[in-house]
Amino acid sequence: MARRYISDLNWNDVTPRALYLNRRQLIGAGGAALGAGLIGGATAAQGELTPNSWDEITSYNNFYEFGTRKEDPARNAHTLTTQPWSIVIDGLVDNPGTYSMEQIVEGMTIEERIYRFRCVEAWSMVIPWNGFELADLLTRVGVQSGARYVAFETALRPDEMPGVRLPVLDWPYREGLRLDEAMHPLTLMATGLYGEPMPNQNGAPIRLVVPWKYGFKSIKSIVRITLTDTEPHATWNATQPQEYGFYSNVNPTVDHPRWSQATERRIGDGLFASRIPTLMFNGYEAEVASLYEGMDLTAQF
Amino acid sequence: MTGIQRINAGIRLLPVWAIYMAGAAWALWLFWLAATGGLGVEPIEALEHRYGKLALQLIVLGLAVTPLRQGLGLNLMPLRRAIGVLAFFYVAAHLLVWAVLDVQSPAAIWADIIKRPYVTIGMAGFALLIPLALTSNNWAVRRLGPLRWRAWHRLVYPAAALGALHYIWQAKGFQIEPLAYLVAVVVLVALRIRGLGRRVAR
Repeated sequence: MARRYISDLNWNDVTPRALYLNRRQLIGAGGAALGAGLIGGATAAQGELTPNSWDEITSYNNFYEFGTRKEDPARNAHTLTTQPWSIVIDGLVDNPGTYSMEQIVEGMTIEERIYRFRCVEAWSMVIPWNGFELADLLTRVGVQSGARYVAFETALRPDEMPGVRLPVLDWPYREGLRLDEAMHPLTLMATGLYGEPMPNQNGAPIRLVVPWKYGFKSIKSIVRITLTDTEPHATWNATQPQEYGFYSNVNPTVDHPRWSQATERRIGDGLFASRIPTLMFNGYEAEVASLYEGMDLTAQF
Repeated sequence: MTGIQRINAGIRLLPVWAIYMAGAAWALWLFWLAATGGLGVEPIEALEHRYGKLALQLIVLGLAVTPLRQGLGLNLMPLRRAIGVLAFFYVAAHLLVWAVLDVQSPAAIWADIIKRPYVTIGMAGFALLIPLALTSNNWAVRRLGPLRWRAWHRLVYPAAALGALHYIWQAKGFQIEPLAYLVAVVVLVALRIRGLGRRVAR
């Protein structure tokens, strides 16, 4: 089942390893102009996409379990115990049970998938994920014929997660996909990025990545996957249904009530960067538009 | 001399121009940090939020001047005009970063002001502060007379409330910090209005 999707982004769209490791040092050494010049030169030939460094991807995160500020997860998430880790898989499956992380990744083809990542807050990155297709896991546990949705749940550990001591959201964080979305070859269970194990602030040890939806759908640090026949509870959708739909597909023509979704800021482009246009389904229209044929995307946003 | 008296004497010695210089220098320093990677990987949002929050903090401090004098005997009155003018300066800087560096296109700026209530009330708060900034000088105080001048400057109460609401409204989920600013503004404005009532009764 693996390799059913080939990315149109490639390693040229990502900062070369030497550069991403050195970028902060170059800038920190007072050589901002030098650093910018080097990076500009190195990336000029790589098309329009501005690459995102390890530093950018791991220092600017929304993971409210560790605090609501972007820098909070990088600062606080080191307390999360990710070994051992297990996921309860239940509901309408043939082989329900508690699966250890080792059992889950065993036999899976870990691929590199370079995806655009678009946050509902109108910023974006390009991220080189490592992971396997969710479809492979669901096929292995056996989806029963009545199942129509997949529900996911993030770990809830007040001892390790300072953010959950406040009622910022209705913990635990939960998300859901329609079964056809979950089975789509783009839908990834990510276990790492840049070839390294997933950093805690990015959702270690295993998270969902659904690149054509706003980032909050890509739930982090998953401890439960449930196959159901009804639309599952989704945290942001339940908190403010007029602002966050169940589908939350990236759509430049449907604004968030508090801001426009027509454009986005690419992280790492600096203080004077121009906004860039947001693409329908975050640039994955050819792959996923057929899932939503006949749906009014303004009403079911 | 008590501790408070010593602080009050120190405040009287502070040249006001130094406060203005420090306020402007801090804004420039933050801008420099944002331009050179010192405010993290998303400097536009970071700078916008830093300026906005400083503005709100200065407004809260300005509202606290009279209660602090009455309650603790701490006299910040010599600095109150500078606090108010710097608050306006930071609101304007926040607005400029939002318009020029964040939203960028004039059409999108206008659309946001019209369509997004939290932007609308933020702009309304800014508009209320403009006459206060324009009349923060001795000439205007003489021209208006102290009673009318004071009446005008009570516009800072609704402006502060709008600023705090603007902060709450842009937050996602239930967050404590923006609510804390609203509570501070409501308590301080209530204290000031109660003080007004007393003065009238006397």
